[in-house]
Amino acid sequence: MLTKRIIPCLDIKNGRTVKGVNFVDLRDAGDPVELAKQYADVGADELVFLDISATLEGRATTLEMVEHVAEQVNIPFTVGGGISSIEHVNDLLQCGADKVSINSSAVKRPELINELSNKFGSQCIVVAIDAKQIEEQWKVHLAGGSIPTDIDLFEWAKEVEERGAGEILFTSMNHDGTKNGFANKALAKLSSALNIPIIASGGAGDIQHFVDTFKKGKADAALAASVFHFGEIPISELKKELKNNNIEVRL
Amino acid sequence: MKLVIINYGAGNIKSIQFAFKRLGVDAVLSDSPEEIMAADKIIFPGVGEASSAMKMLDESGLDKLIPTLKQPVLGICLGMQLLCKSTEEGNTKGLGIFQTDVKRFSNDLKVPQMGWNVIKDLKSDLFSGIKENEYMYLIHSYYAEHCEETIAATDYGINYASALQHKNFYGVQFHPEKSSLAGERILQNFLEI
Repeated sequence: MLTKRIIPCLDIKNGRTVKGVNFVDLRDAGDPVELAKQYADVGADELVFLDISATLEGRATTLEMVEHVAEQVNIPFTVGGGISSIEHVNDLLQCGADKVSINSSAVKRPELINELSNKFGSQCIVVAIDAKQIEEQWKVHLAGGSIPTDIDLFEWAKEVEERGAGEILFTSMNHDGTKNGFANKALAKLSSALNIPIIASGGAGDIQHFVDTFKKGKADAALAASVFHFGEIPISELKKELKNNNIEVRL
Repeated sequence: MKLVIINYGAGNIKSIQFAFKRLGVDAVLSDSPEEIMAADKIIFPGVGEASSAMKMLDESGLDKLIPTLKQPVLGICLGMQLLCKSTEEGNTKGLGIFQTDVKRFSNDLKVPQMGWNVIKDLKSDLFSGIKENEYMYLIHSYYAEHCEETIAATDYGINYASALQHKNFYGVQFHPEKSSLAGERILQNFLEI
């Protein structure tokens, strides 16, 4: 049976890990390659690198980082953050990224999804959607959640699928950073309405939250950052507990 | 050991090259018939859409060359599918090495199948040291139907052939280069065939 995936997310700036990382046995917590290898060793199923570099030089460094990760890490990884052109996607894939994730650029120019999936195949195109629930309505937000739009989450997700995305990474801004659990109601609605895999993001605080997002949220994968980086939830323990709850995972 | 990865413009071959590098083998990317024919082992990769990949093979004449190869050839993902008789993706005729057809997964499932699933009923030297129900990483929307050449099976809605072998031709639907240590073991096994 296809297993549910556990995905640590690493924020990258100028080729270095930025968020505080407190991981066992790391010589250099800022080195994304070393961190990625550790995560692969403890059973992470995939990795996501989110590039928050603001400059062209920073992005060029990230490209080098992607190549180093591909060289040394034997599990799949996705790169996202500030991607808006076919050339940029081509560069990332050529450096060895398995998938790329686009977000604001897809909202601004939805044809980009078609262009990318036609050229590179939908299997490597992830569309990330940040949304916030405002008075029962889920509205898509741009630029890391800072700019609200009038676009409905579910309509946009459907359009993203129809345009050829291979997967959706849905972050609930109401839940992100709260450690109170994932947005399972919205996730379940997305997962039932769509035919492509959905990654749940935002709100992971304890192991039960992961159980819930797979059972109640019907998510195909769950992404988190700080609970993994600070060792609050060891991945091996998380996966054992998921298995105990009859959720298929790779052990 | 001269290992060549057939370079016909299809998808991410860097990952495969890196995986062999981790095993201590330098794989050469090539589209030259001479270089491919002179290799000890050949990788036939493929990511993307079947009909456009087939078109690229056709334009380079590699579609004629590949079936004549006598050394061990390993098709990966779309590479495996293109070695079959046909695929529903873009109604494409394949190279016809494996006597089976490639169909699309049912829409009752999430398509593509994306993630880690198990391979079982293993029967080939390719899987030496690999336990039954080992996890492999897969991303695909189309699957090969079972045939006599099936050497591994996987369940996703349906039970299908996740690996095939005919004489010197091997095909795997999963990505050994992205399937952790077990995947690397399969690549090592291929080098030792």
